[in-house]
Amino acid sequence: MKLFKTCLNHSLLVIVFLLAGIPVLAQGSFAIRNARIITVTNGTIERGTIVIKDGKITAVGTSAAVPKDAKVIDGSGLSVYPGMIDSNTVVGLTEVSSVPATVDTTELGDFKANMKALTAVNPNSDVIPVSRMNGVTTVLTCPRGGIIAGQCALINLDGWTPEQMKLLAPAGMHFTYPVMGFGGRGGGFGGGFARGPNDQARQQRDRQVESLKNTIEDAIAYMKAREAAAADKSIPARAIDLGLDALIPVIKGQVPVIMSANGEREIKAAVEFAEKYKLKLIINGGDEATKVAKLLKEKNIPVILGSTLDLPNAEDEAYDIAFSRASELQKAGVRFAFSTGDAAYVRLLPYHAGMAAAFGLPKEEALKGVTIYPAQILGVDKLVGSIEVGKIANLVVTDGDILELRTKVKNMFISGRPVDLSNKHTKLYEKFKDRQ
Amino acid sequence: MKRIHLILCCLFMIAAAATTFAQGSGETLISNATILTASHGKIENGSILIRGGKIVAVGKAAEVKAGPGAKVIDATGMFVTPGFVDSHSHTALDSVNEGSLSVTAMVRMTDVVDDTDINIYRQLAGGMTTIHPLHGSANSIGGQNVVLKLKWGRSAEELILADAPRTIKFALGENPKRSNFNAPGAQRRFPATRMGVEETIREAFTQGREYIQKWDAYEAAKKLGDNPMPPKKDLKLEAIADVLKGKMDIHSHCYRADEILMLMRLCEEFGIRVHTLQHVLEGYKVAPEIAKHGASASILPDWWGYKMEAYDAIPFNAAVMTRHGVVVSIHSDSNEHARRFYQEAGKMMKYGDLTEEEALRLITLNPAIQLRLDKRIGSIDVGKDADLVLFNGHPFSVYSRPEVTMIEGEVFFDRKKDLEMRDKIAKEKKELIEREKKLPGAVQPTQPAQMIIPTLTEDDLDGHFHDGKAIRKP
Repeated sequence: MKLFKTCLNHSLLVIVFLLAGIPVLAQGSFAIRNARIITVTNGTIERGTIVIKDGKITAVGTSAAVPKDAKVIDGSGLSVYPGMIDSNTVVGLTEVSSVPATVDTTELGDFKANMKALTAVNPNSDVIPVSRMNGVTTVLTCPRGGIIAGQCALINLDGWTPEQMKLLAPAGMHFTYPVMGFGGRGGGFGGGFARGPNDQARQQRDRQVESLKNTIEDAIAYMKAREAAAADKSIPARAIDLGLDALIPVIKGQVPVIMSANGEREIKAAVEFAEKYKLKLIINGGDEATKVAKLLKEKNIPVILGSTLDLPNAEDEAYDIAFSRASELQKAGVRFAFSTGDAAYVRLLPYHAGMAAAFGLPKEEALKGVTIYPAQILGVDKLVGSIEVGKIANLVVTDGDILELRTKVKNMFISGRPVDLSNKHTKLYEKFKDRQ
Repeated sequence: MKRIHLILCCLFMIAAAATTFAQGSGETLISNATILTASHGKIENGSILIRGGKIVAVGKAAEVKAGPGAKVIDATGMFVTPGFVDSHSHTALDSVNEGSLSVTAMVRMTDVVDDTDINIYRQLAGGMTTIHPLHGSANSIGGQNVVLKLKWGRSAEELILADAPRTIKFALGENPKRSNFNAPGAQRRFPATRMGVEETIREAFTQGREYIQKWDAYEAAKKLGDNPMPPKKDLKLEAIADVLKGKMDIHSHCYRADEILMLMRLCEEFGIRVHTLQHVLEGYKVAPEIAKHGASASILPDWWGYKMEAYDAIPFNAAVMTRHGVVVSIHSDSNEHARRFYQEAGKMMKYGDLTEEEALRLITLNPAIQLRLDKRIGSIDVGKDADLVLFNGHPFSVYSRPEVTMIEGEVFFDRKKDLEMRDKIAKEKKELIEREKKLPGAVQPTQPAQMIIPTLTEDDLDGHFHDGKAIRKP
C-alpha cells in the first residue's frame, strides 16, 4: 500500500510537472544504424538500429525499420549510450567561479525556498557545450548556501531558453543539514555555518537545526491556514509568504528534499527529520553514508554521491575511501547516483563513475550510476536514463566505452535534436593549433 | 582531543611505514609484465631486473635473467610504468607562501618539508614517486623550491633530493597582483597590475646584476692584492644572482599569453631563459614563441573557468605545445589530482591525439627533463632509479589502479598490505580512544575529528579552491 502510494505520488508528480513543461522536442526523423547499443536497462545489442522521431525513441533493435525520411547515421564501429546525467551541479548558474559578477548560485540568507535555479540558468553559458563534451546530456542544477538553498532544476544541456532546457523543475529542494563548524576554513562553506570553539559551535548548530524545524512547522501551519481559508471564505486568509509557499510541495512529498549531509551524525539526523515531517528524502554528498547504509537501505533513501574524485576527510581514513564509496553502498543495497557538484568540470562525470569501477563497483553499475539510477532517484526514469522506446531521445554516439578516458563522443542527440559538439575549447583549439 | 589526534596520526604513520620493507640490497625481478618504458615504447611479456635500487636490465622476459636468490614479483597480466613525477606540487610543506613582499627569493622550501604529510602516502598509492613542491604564487618572485622522493615513513632529509638542480618560483598575473585576494579596506601591495609584475621582476634582475658586479669587482680587487671592503651579503640578491648566472632554474606560474611573452622577453633582455612555464594555460596561443625561446611547459591538463585568466584554458594545450616541439608535462598543483595522475595523462590522448608514449611522457620523462633529473628518473631504462608502478590494467584505462609503487627498488605502497592493515588500524584507533577516555582529567572529545581538513594548494591561499575539497562542501 505504501509502495502503491509512493508510486502514485510519484507518477502524479511527473504528470503534474511534465504538463507544466516538457522539453521542446525536435521535429524530424533520425536513425543510427549498425551500432553497438548499450540500452542500460535491456542489455546490449551488438549490432542494432535506433530510430528517433519527433524527439523520442520510436524503435530499438536488430531489425528496427528505418523510416524513409530519416537522416541516417552509420554507427559501424560506434557505440550508442543514453545521455549521462550529472545529479548535482551549478551549470548555468556560474561562469567563472572567482568572478562574483558571473556567479548566481547563492542567494543571501538561510531560508530561500522560493529561489529557483531555472530562473538563473544562462542558456548561452560557455560552460554548457563544454559540459556536453564527454557525453553528459542532462544535469541537475542546484542553488547553494544557507539551510534551504532553493529549488533545483533538471535540465537538458541544449535549448534556446531555460524553459526549453527544462526536464523537471522543481526537481528537488536543496537543503543542507546544519553542521558544527570547527573554526578555520573547514566549516562554513556554502552557508553561514557555525565556527569557533566546540560549545559555541554546537549551540549555533543546535539553533540552526531548531530554525530549520521551525521553518517546516511554520510552512505546515501556513499551508493549513491557506487551505482552510480557501475552503471556508469566512476564515481570513493568511498573507502570502513566498518562502513558505514554495515549501508546500515539499511538505506534501511532491518535491523531494535533496539534503546535503556528509557526516554520519548529519545523515542520521536528516533521516529522522524527513521521517518526522514525512518528507521525500534524497541524501546529497553522503561522505559517511556507508556508515549509515543499513538505515538508508531500510528506509529506501537514495544518495547522490559527492565527488568520487575526492580526498579522504581525515588523515586516518583509507586513501581510496571516496573511490570505493559507491561500491560500498551498492553492496549494501543503497541506491546511488554520481555527481560532480560542479559546473566547469561536469565533463569529468564519466571518470567519477569509472574510478568507482576501478575500486570495486561493477562496470554496469557504474554506468547505471550516471544514467538510469539518477533518473530513478529524480523520478524521471519514464523519460530518460536508458535507451527504450518512448523515452526522450537523449543519446550519445561514441567510439568506445563512454566511461573511458580516451573515448571520443562522435554524435549527440538531445530531445531528438542533433547537437553541435563544438564548444569554446574546440573552437580555440581550431583557431590556434596551426598558427604560425 | 588534540592528543588523540596526534597519537592517531603517529600510529597511522608507523603502521603505514611498517608496510614497506627493505629490499634495496638484493636483486628483484619483475617478470612477465607489459612494460611502458616512456623512452623506447612498450615491451610485452617483459621483465625488469633491479639491483641496488637501480634498473640493471629491462627487456623481453626471456632475455632478462636474475641471479639465484632474487626476489621475483610475478607481474603476469600487469602493466609497469615509471614512477610518476609531479613538476608542480605543494605537498609535504609546512607553509607555501611567504607573500608579505613582492620578492622573496631568499626563502627555501627545503626548510619547511613536512615528512608526516599523509598526502605523501596517498600519492604513492596513485603511483607518484617524485614531486617538486614549489613556493606559492602570491608574489612575483617567490622562494626556492625543493625536490622530494615520496619515501613515506622516512625523515625529511631522506625525502629531499639534495643534489637536484636548484629551482625558484616566479609568478605572473592575478595571483601576484592579488586580484582575487583583496579584503575590503586592506592595504594593497605593489604590484597590482601585469605592468607592475614586469617591473618588479626587472627591478630584481637589475639589482641582482649590480650585486654580481659589486662582488666581481671585489673579487677582482682581491686578486690584484688589494684589501677591499667586501660588499654586504644579501640573501635575496644571492638567489637572484644565481638565477642570472643560470645556476637556478626559473619555474614561473603564468596563465595568459601576454604575460608568457613578457617574461620570456624580459629574461632574454638579461641573457637568460625561462626554464619552465608553470600552468601556462594559454601556452597554446603562443606555442611557436615558447618553442623559440626554449622554455618547457608544465601544465594543468584540463582545468578551466575557475578564474578570469583561466577562462581561455583548453584541454588541447598539451597536444598543441607538444606538436610545436615544446617539452610538456602535466602537473597536479593539488593533493587530490596527484593521486590519479595516470588518468590525467590518459585524457590527453583524446584531446589532440597524443600517442600513448607521448601521453605517458607528460607525467614521467618530460617532468624529469624539466627538473634536469632525466638521467636518473622518468623512464624504464638501464641505470635509472627503480622507481616503478605496477598497475592491474592499462594505466590509461579508467578501470585500472596501481597495486604496487616502488622507489629505488623498495616497495613503499602495496595495496594488498594496505588492505590488510585497515582492520588493525581501526582496532587500535578504537583502543586508543577508549584508553584516552579513562585517563584522569582528560578532556572528553565531544565530536569525532571528522570535519574537513582543507588541503591547501597555492591558489587556495589566493582565495580559490581548485583542490575542489572546499568548494563542494557542504
